Amino acid sequence: MEASNYFIPPTASASSGSTHRSARAAQVPLVQFQAVSKRYGQLPAVEALTLDIYQGEFFALLGPSGCGKTTLLRLLAGFERPTAGRILLDRQDLGDTPPHRRPVNMMFQSYALFPHLTVERNVAFGLKQEGMPKNDIARRVAELLALVRLERYAGRKPDQLSGGERQRVALARSLAKRPRVLLLDEPMAALDKKLRQDTQFELMELQAKLGTTFLIVTHDQDEAMTVANRIAVMEHGRIAQVGPPVEIYERPNSRYVADFIGEVNIIEGRVVSTTLERALIVSDSGGHLTTTPGVNLAPGAVTWVALRPEKLRITADPPRQAPENLFVGTVGEIGYLGNMSVYKVRLDSGQVWKAAVANTTRHADRPIVIGERVWVSFDCDATIVLTR
Amino acid sequence: MTLANRDDVDVMRGETAGRPLAGRSLGARVIVLVPYLWLAAFFLVPFLIVVKISLSQITMTQPPYAPLFDAAAGWEGFKAFLAALSLNNYEILAADTLYLEAYLKSLEVAAISTAMLLVLGYPTAYGIARAPRRLQAALVMLVILPFWTSFLIRVYAWINILQHDGLLNQVIVALHLADHPLTWLSTDTAVFIGIVYSYFPFMVLPLYSTLERMDTALFEAAADLGCPPWKTFWVVTLPLSRPGIVAGVLLCFIPIVGEFVIPDLLGGSSTVMIGQTLWTEFFANRDWPTASAVAIVLLALLVVPIVIYQHQQLRELERGR
Repeated sequence: MEASNYFIPPTASASSGSTHRSARAAQVPLVQFQAVSKRYGQLPAVEALTLDIYQGEFFALLGPSGCGKTTLLRLLAGFERPTAGRILLDRQDLGDTPPHRRPVNMMFQSYALFPHLTVERNVAFGLKQEGMPKNDIARRVAELLALVRLERYAGRKPDQLSGGERQRVALARSLAKRPRVLLLDEPMAALDKKLRQDTQFELMELQAKLGTTFLIVTHDQDEAMTVANRIAVMEHGRIAQVGPPVEIYERPNSRYVADFIGEVNIIEGRVVSTTLERALIVSDSGGHLTTTPGVNLAPGAVTWVALRPEKLRITADPPRQAPENLFVGTVGEIGYLGNMSVYKVRLDSGQVWKAAVANTTRHADRPIVIGERVWVSFDCDATIVLTR
Repeated sequence: MTLANRDDVDVMRGETAGRPLAGRSLGARVIVLVPYLWLAAFFLVPFLIVVKISLSQITMTQPPYAPLFDAAAGWEGFKAFLAALSLNNYEILAADTLYLEAYLKSLEVAAISTAMLLVLGYPTAYGIARAPRRLQAALVMLVILPFWTSFLIRVYAWINILQHDGLLNQVIVALHLADHPLTWLSTDTAVFIGIVYSYFPFMVLPLYSTLERMDTALFEAAADLGCPPWKTFWVVTLPLSRPGIVAGVLLCFIPIVGEFVIPDLLGGSSTVMIGQTLWTEFFANRDWPTASAVAIVLLALLVVPIVIYQHQQLRELERGR
């Protein structure tokens, strides 16, 4: 388990996400997938998928391998043709437009740099196809190499570069023609973790600077949460949920999304009594949870309560002020991650919950140890009530 | 971060390019020595013997050349042996235009047929490499299959096809392409047909292995950057298949220059290649010294393309690392 699984997107990106949305209402989407399906033989890769992407967005397609996210990207690039549905760019149906006539560029997962050309000529490749005058090409290439800080490597061949340098050449090459949309297919999959994190922030800066619409495909939820201002979580060729990172994390619409993004405790139960503000749910193992459903629930209906580990409090003594939800259990395992510790608590009802506690001080007065009886409490608005 | 990576790359380079044997254990050196000993015993020594014969004079003895090295005569004998060697045979080669013509004819036939092989072989290899993966093995097998029968039998089969009342003429007459049978056998055309047929796999296989390994993402990248498919072939596919082209061309060109059987069986008196001249000197004239000189000059001619080929193979090996 990685500590960064608990990375909470800054509220800034959340608010910018929502202001974008309200301003966007009147705007025409830059890319429109309209009921797009793609089947390979009988095998469906994308199913009746509808999605709008707006000018200037950093949009992430997130999902496990085989969910159709790369197919969607390739459909937009033109390497694949949809079996059904339409793809619009700037209100124009891309239809049968071949890849070499589409105003989008792709950065490939393997980078696909031309091994027989120097860095300079790789970056110039697309400009040369446009028939740009030589002087303009030289100027533009110099500009791009400066942008990715590779001026010194202009004369090298791809096999004389490190992985990170190749990645930046690929990025410069795909930006050279000023695409309407930059498609990034798992752009950081081949980088090591530290370099990947640095690159993520560089990519965000770059996107903000250029204002180009970026569409990234990734299976790495941290990456999607970090770079994107909107995420589409995909499952079996369909979209499970679309929204800004904070919405996906704090208000997932299904167990699939809640479970895919970050760590979560999911408790199955039945509704006992409900209003819109408060619902009492009895879990299968007998415990009662007070929740804020936010949706209409029918008494007796099967629901699931999702609880993020970092929203649980654990204390060795009963809390002074009785919280709305209070459980007693025994600490089973402790995972020490440095910045936080993860406790696996076996409740008296038999359920095992994960609780994450930030290590805000270097030496706790009295650390909680394995086998200790603890109180687990949480506020009712920490709960996420899911109906599917 | 990036700088550190750079250094890593440089360190790796230094290691592969730098010290070839330094720091290796004795065992490793002995193992490296084995192929050198093998080459010395079975290539270098016979080669030196041929060089020596080429510097000797023809005699009516067994073996048919002089002088022979007499170890019993000691140092004086060795000096006499050296004094008897001469470049006489090479002067004969230079003086008689027969040899020069045969060399030029060989190079010409090799160059033309290699060009034809490339023109026919490239599309074949490209087609196989782009075929569905499950069909590729079968298609490669079709190219190799003729090799499972004797080379001589296949050349004789061509005599049968090309002769006056052979299969080719029967088809031509039946289709009314010509009203009388044409002469194929004992012409340059027959030699080219035979050579192109026989060397086809040597052209197709290296081309196929290069084309098949090519990352298809490169073609997509070219298309993505605005390059139409026909142009992608010229600016990406063809330059990247250069190693395969070089390998195929040299793998065909080098042995074709010395080809003997095909021109001898299918060609006429106008197609006298150096291989045939060599054969005549050795077996008909029993002039071993002149024949050896012919062989040495042929080798010298082929050293240039062989060195190019070796250089290319080495680069491929390093790239693959």
